Amino acid sequence: MSAAVAEVVEKKSEPLFSKKNRKLISNPLDIDNPITVQVLGICSALAVTTQMKPALVMSVALMVVTASSNVIISIMRNTIPSRIRIIVQLAVVATWVIMVDQLLKAYVYDVWKQLSVFVGLIITNCIVMGRLEAFAMGNKPGPSLLDGIGNGLGYGLILLIVGFFRELLGGGSIFGFKVFEAMGVHYTGNGLMLLPAGACVIVGIVIWVQRSINGHRETH
Amino acid sequence: MENLVSIGIRSIFVDNMIFAYFLGMCSYLAVSKKVKTAFGLGLAVVFVLGVTIPINWLIQNYILNQGALSWVSADFASIDLSFLQFIVFIAVIAAMVQLTEMAVEKFSPALYGSLGIFLPLIAVNCAILGGSLFMVGRPYNLGEATVYGLGSGIGWLLAIVALAGVREKMKYSNVPGPLRGLGITFILVGLMSLGFLSFLGFSI
Repeated sequence: MSAAVAEVVEKKSEPLFSKKNRKLISNPLDIDNPITVQVLGICSALAVTTQMKPALVMSVALMVVTASSNVIISIMRNTIPSRIRIIVQLAVVATWVIMVDQLLKAYVYDVWKQLSVFVGLIITNCIVMGRLEAFAMGNKPGPSLLDGIGNGLGYGLILLIVGFFRELLGGGSIFGFKVFEAMGVHYTGNGLMLLPAGACVIVGIVIWVQRSINGHRETH
Repeated sequence: MENLVSIGIRSIFVDNMIFAYFLGMCSYLAVSKKVKTAFGLGLAVVFVLGVTIPINWLIQNYILNQGALSWVSADFASIDLSFLQFIVFIAVIAAMVQLTEMAVEKFSPALYGSLGIFLPLIAVNCAILGGSLFMVGRPYNLGEATVYGLGSGIGWLLAIVALAGVREKMKYSNVPGPLRGLGITFILVGLMSLGFLSFLGFSI
């Protein structure tokens, strides 16, 4: 369904990969990252990253929802009365989330079980609502699609980095593959990494490293 | 009664929305710069959680669950509407937030002035929807669900006021440049969450 929508949109706007549009994808990966710079969508980023597999599934689910709701809202943007726009946006997002939820339940049941309420919580994920408000309400469907995909990728990037360290240090494995055992080294998992506290500290350090590299500073 | 107290204590300290489940983190980080505003948002969250969770409990148990509609007619006993859960819950939450906003505006303009901008934000606070979704997964009755809702809200209020208090003091410390702001806040939340771990296994 989302693929079909995406194709139609791509055919309509020919110069889709102009310099400006490429920026829509590359900016959210670093200088405009939804998690570390815009401070959106933190809840799920911390909660689903104990292992890499659920983190990957969650990122894909979020990217699909963000991109497709961005397109729908962007198509309807001139007809939505501004007073009730939040509830219209929520209805569109909830519809996509229900579809993603049913798909995950049907095809990757064990991961769906592990993600528990967090698939449903994509509805209130601030990335989705934030991008709808900040971008899709004022831009054409083509760029909105790219913006959704870009922000989904930026979110996924951070999720995978955090998931990598938590699973490696917490359980000694990557995507369920026991790295340390394969190398013949005995490793006792560090339980702290699997706890909420470990996740927060890792995200803090990721932000630290990223900002040392790109020079972004907050006053105070 | 003892059961209710136990659920209340558990939802405030042990299953704290922030430190155990990371729910409502976005507004938690964004609005925790001053104690006063943090307290206002916290109160609004307590209220909305306390109202929406019992309403969603009623909807789940009398409309959405399989066979829940049999009170209308015996023919509906096989209907299972639980796939509509997300959209119904979010509609209830958005409507309740809107109603609360109008009521507060009418009856207490002073409170509205201090809370005003935060109220609409609550509709998209994951702690609210998350509370309803957790409630469905647990075998609570109506009273227990209400206590759970209020308790989770109070836990969230405690967490945000505590963080705001620490962040007000942080202004005077010399934090490395790139870590300033968001980075150090995350590490702070991590440390506070470690503290809350001591409530683990706590029961009445």
